[in-house]
Amino acid sequence: MVMWQTLMQRELQLLGRQKADWLNPLVFFLLVLSLFPLGIGPEPGMLKQIAPGLVWIAALLSVLLSAERLFKDDYRYGVIEQLVAGRQGLFSYVTAKICCHWLSTGVPLVLVSPLIAVLLGLDWQSWQVLVVTLLLGTPVLSLLSVLGAALTMAADKGGILQALIILPLYIPLLIFASGAMEAAATALPYAGQLAVLVAFLLFALALVPLAVRQALRMNVG
Amino acid sequence: MSIILAAEALSCVRQDRVLFENLNFQLSAGQVLYIQGKNGAGKSSLLRLLAGLTLPEDGQILFHGKPLSTQSELFAEQLLFIGHQSGIHPQLTALQNLAFWSALSEQPIADPYQLLGSLGLAGLEDIPCFMLSAGQQRRVSLARLWFTTKSLWILDEPFTSLDQQLIAKLETHFLQHLSKGGVIVLTSHQTLSAVYPALQALELEYRW
Repeated sequence: MVMWQTLMQRELQLLGRQKADWLNPLVFFLLVLSLFPLGIGPEPGMLKQIAPGLVWIAALLSVLLSAERLFKDDYRYGVIEQLVAGRQGLFSYVTAKICCHWLSTGVPLVLVSPLIAVLLGLDWQSWQVLVVTLLLGTPVLSLLSVLGAALTMAADKGGILQALIILPLYIPLLIFASGAMEAAATALPYAGQLAVLVAFLLFALALVPLAVRQALRMNVG
Repeated sequence: MSIILAAEALSCVRQDRVLFENLNFQLSAGQVLYIQGKNGAGKSSLLRLLAGLTLPEDGQILFHGKPLSTQSELFAEQLLFIGHQSGIHPQLTALQNLAFWSALSEQPIADPYQLLGSLGLAGLEDIPCFMLSAGQQRRVSLARLWFTTKSLWILDEPFTSLDQQLIAKLETHFLQHLSKGGVIVLTSHQTLSAVYPALQALELEYRW
């Protein structure tokens, strides 16, 4: 536990030093979403209709953007090599990375969601559903993008490769998260979609950290 | 005396080039394996093999007489590997880097300030490592050797960019570690200046 705390502390210190790593995706998210009302026209009915898809596509891309550099530095400076050789703590390192990635990309998206609701003309009920889907969905986004980053960390320009690996895995999430929001907008029950999101989250939580650890070992060897 | 680390008919191939083949050695407690060779001769590759990061093309590595693959947990408990890259994140301070490595190996440092001070880094503890010189960064990286309780050290070019004074200090520390029954595997282009009781030199030849 002490180990995990220190590792979390280290990741947070790194985020504090490299603010672009978490500010850029957030700014990207806001920029994309603020352009839509301008491009499509400020008709509230129209925006409201496409809002679920918009928000989730923007969230997905911004999380993807943030993940590319996740392991790059640690790989380049030999931290990962020595972690893999030492074995101890590799798993804690991975879980700390995932937690910090979510804290630095997922949570800010939830925090700015009221602003998004205003931009896209969402009502109170739709905003609530948006927050719930973001809370359930962004951890999955983080888990998967950490996996993508681990798989591509040794590739020199791994950004596109990572997108190719991870985007197909994001698609079910995109469908069910925006599906839940659409259902809520038309006053239909959406508990089913949320249950699927919970299932995704639990499944990813159980498996992804192990896969990331294996990917790190593979890339070093 | 029991043999801790041994290589049997080890060979390594990188990019279709045979770096070395049929390499044998045996290391028991208190011994140093000092690997020399030209650039590209396979020193770092050998160290990565010994650290269990890569698998040999042929032959096997024995840890306490058993194949390394079956002993990996036990082996990792005893291993301290500092590779060609220092393992120091340049955006973090010396203290933060040390805290990271000490937490990972679950070996607390009694007084990190005193430790860094003794390595000539007094007053530089709170500066991000990218502002330190190459030698100072190396010192931060090697500081691990002063609080670790692990017995098998595998060090890739530990003397690089260190000044004479610190090299002497490091070699004294090596001798201390060996006298406690530790084992050290290291590569270097420099000749070792201290007198080691049980030194095995291994010269890797550059092969085409």
